Amino acid sequence: MVGILEDKDRIFTNLYGLHDWGLEGAKTRGCWNATKDMLDAGPAWIIDNIKNSGLRGRGGAGFGTGLKWSFMPKEVKDGRPHYLVVNADESEPGTCKDREIMRHDPHLLIEGCLIASRAMQAHACYIYIRGEYVREREVLEAAIKQAYDAKLIGKNNVHGWDFDCYVHHGAGAYICGEETALLESIEGKKGQPRFKPPFPASFGLYGKPTTINNTETLASVPWIVQHGGQAFLELGKPNNGGPKLFSVSGHVNKPGNYEVPLGMPFSELLEMAGGVRNGHQLKAVIPGGSSAPVLPADIVMDCTMDFDSIAKAGSMLGSGAVIVMDETVCMVRALERLSYFYFEESCGQCTPCREGTGWMYRIIHRIEHGEGRPEDLELLNSVAGKIGGHTICALGDAAAMPVQSFLKHFGDEFAYHVEHRKCMV
Amino acid sequence: MSVRRLAKEQPASFAFSADTMATATWWIAKYPAERRQSAVIPILWLVQKQEGWVSEPAIRAIAELLGMPVIRVLEVATFYTMFQLEPVGKVAFVQLCGTTPCMLCGANDLKTVLKEKIGPKNHLSADGKFSWEEVECLGACSNAPMAAINDYYYEDLTPETLGQILDDFAAGKSPKPGSYVGRGASEPHGKIQTLLDPRLYDGSAARKIKLPNAPEKAKKAGKAETSA
Repeated sequence: MVGILEDKDRIFTNLYGLHDWGLEGAKTRGCWNATKDMLDAGPAWIIDNIKNSGLRGRGGAGFGTGLKWSFMPKEVKDGRPHYLVVNADESEPGTCKDREIMRHDPHLLIEGCLIASRAMQAHACYIYIRGEYVREREVLEAAIKQAYDAKLIGKNNVHGWDFDCYVHHGAGAYICGEETALLESIEGKKGQPRFKPPFPASFGLYGKPTTINNTETLASVPWIVQHGGQAFLELGKPNNGGPKLFSVSGHVNKPGNYEVPLGMPFSELLEMAGGVRNGHQLKAVIPGGSSAPVLPADIVMDCTMDFDSIAKAGSMLGSGAVIVMDETVCMVRALERLSYFYFEESCGQCTPCREGTGWMYRIIHRIEHGEGRPEDLELLNSVAGKIGGHTICALGDAAAMPVQSFLKHFGDEFAYHVEHRKCMV
Repeated sequence: MSVRRLAKEQPASFAFSADTMATATWWIAKYPAERRQSAVIPILWLVQKQEGWVSEPAIRAIAELLGMPVIRVLEVATFYTMFQLEPVGKVAFVQLCGTTPCMLCGANDLKTVLKEKIGPKNHLSADGKFSWEEVECLGACSNAPMAAINDYYYEDLTPETLGQILDDFAAGKSPKPGSYVGRGASEPHGKIQTLLDPRLYDGSAARKIKLPNAPEKAKKAGKAETSA
């Protein structure tokens, strides 16, 4: 059973920015402690710790981090350097956790990058931060400079593993959160995802072996290695190790970022966030960022917040972005805005997504504006079904899943809109 | 996908300022020598900071600087929505987040304020000082609704506070970015319930530690590997 996370077990001890983000402050909180011992213990030992911790990628897919690292070639061969790339392109609607790490605890991330790079024999790392995070990028650049000046990273640093850390930024494309689109973007091209295989572990940045990890994933690494994989695993539940940041937004009294153990009941998280705003009732929740299927109140109240429980309920934990909607929300209108997002952000590479996202948006738009046709609901489902699984990357599925889940759980509202040409709520 | 084209009216020429060029050189040095193209997004951004927007002559100049075909730079400039292909408000350029979490929290009411104070979206105000656009999720959803004004985030907005911020810009002031309901960041409203243990911050976490289950003779093994 998962309990309340005690302060002593928290990874993000400066989540709210109440303390110094700089090197001195970070060291006081335990950052850069015993880093050399970790690196000296060797790559296999580091990866074993991460595997034992049950750490799963915090960016959305929830893939085992230790396993992902083990896909990298064991040795650097044929003059092909290894790269670590950090996905800090936080763009999934509802998600705002990596931002807090970068502006309030950047040294956690930098140390995590160094440890991960040692584990994967990489000497260079690029942090891809979304272009809009200007303030966050300024802090991150300053923190990296502190780390260079203190010889914690760079050539001939005190840790004995040469390591360069560079910040790169995007310019407002959601698709660059997809790992291969992100690589294209670093290479100075349009962010259009690559076909896989080959996977980045063999052909990544500049065609070299590359691993891409989310910011929160890497920022959790120093804690895991300091305390041991087992300690991290025990904070969460089996196969869902550790605590995680949840960004709660929408109709709650206290929206914010919360670090809670995986496996905590949704009802407790909701209570922590102050409950549904005063005088209102819970209607629906998107539990893992806008791409995750929506869950109606009665289903989500029985869920615990971990990858397996949410998947069983028919949705995804994703990035841990919990969007709460109360009974005043018109689901047609909510979906119309979401569909517009995917229409706007489709990269245009695959026809089903490029054309289909616009098609879905236009249908939902006309339903919302009282011009829906009786056959529209079936048409919507049909278009969504023809996008999902038929594109190079997951944006197609991400655009289709909200539409399918809104229709599945709130189809009567859509039908009412079509029939009465107005809103039910 | 968004269809974006270059402005009809273009300046005759473009030149990098000394500052822009110095920072551009710093960016180029971050990438392997044969991968100068990687710096194209940061340099387009620098150019936009210098001129306020990205013009066709600027695109040509960047292509020359990075040794890229012009079409490749044009592709990037039109693909990424943060590149403004037409002039925007010089005093305040407001990018209002309109995506679902912000919409739920009242972004549409903020649009009304922007329309009243500035005019229709994607249009410069008559004096050229203000303009606004609706953008997709800016990643500050726990502080919704919010807008980025000249790069920095203004959060937890209401029609009243946004109106006041715009008035302040118009009066030549520089309103402070951040939350407008008194939050420091994304902590819950009111008193926080977590991260209160003083031991987290008194330096006890910085004491020398022994790694759990560390391999024996770790140092020796590490050395052997680096020399191999």
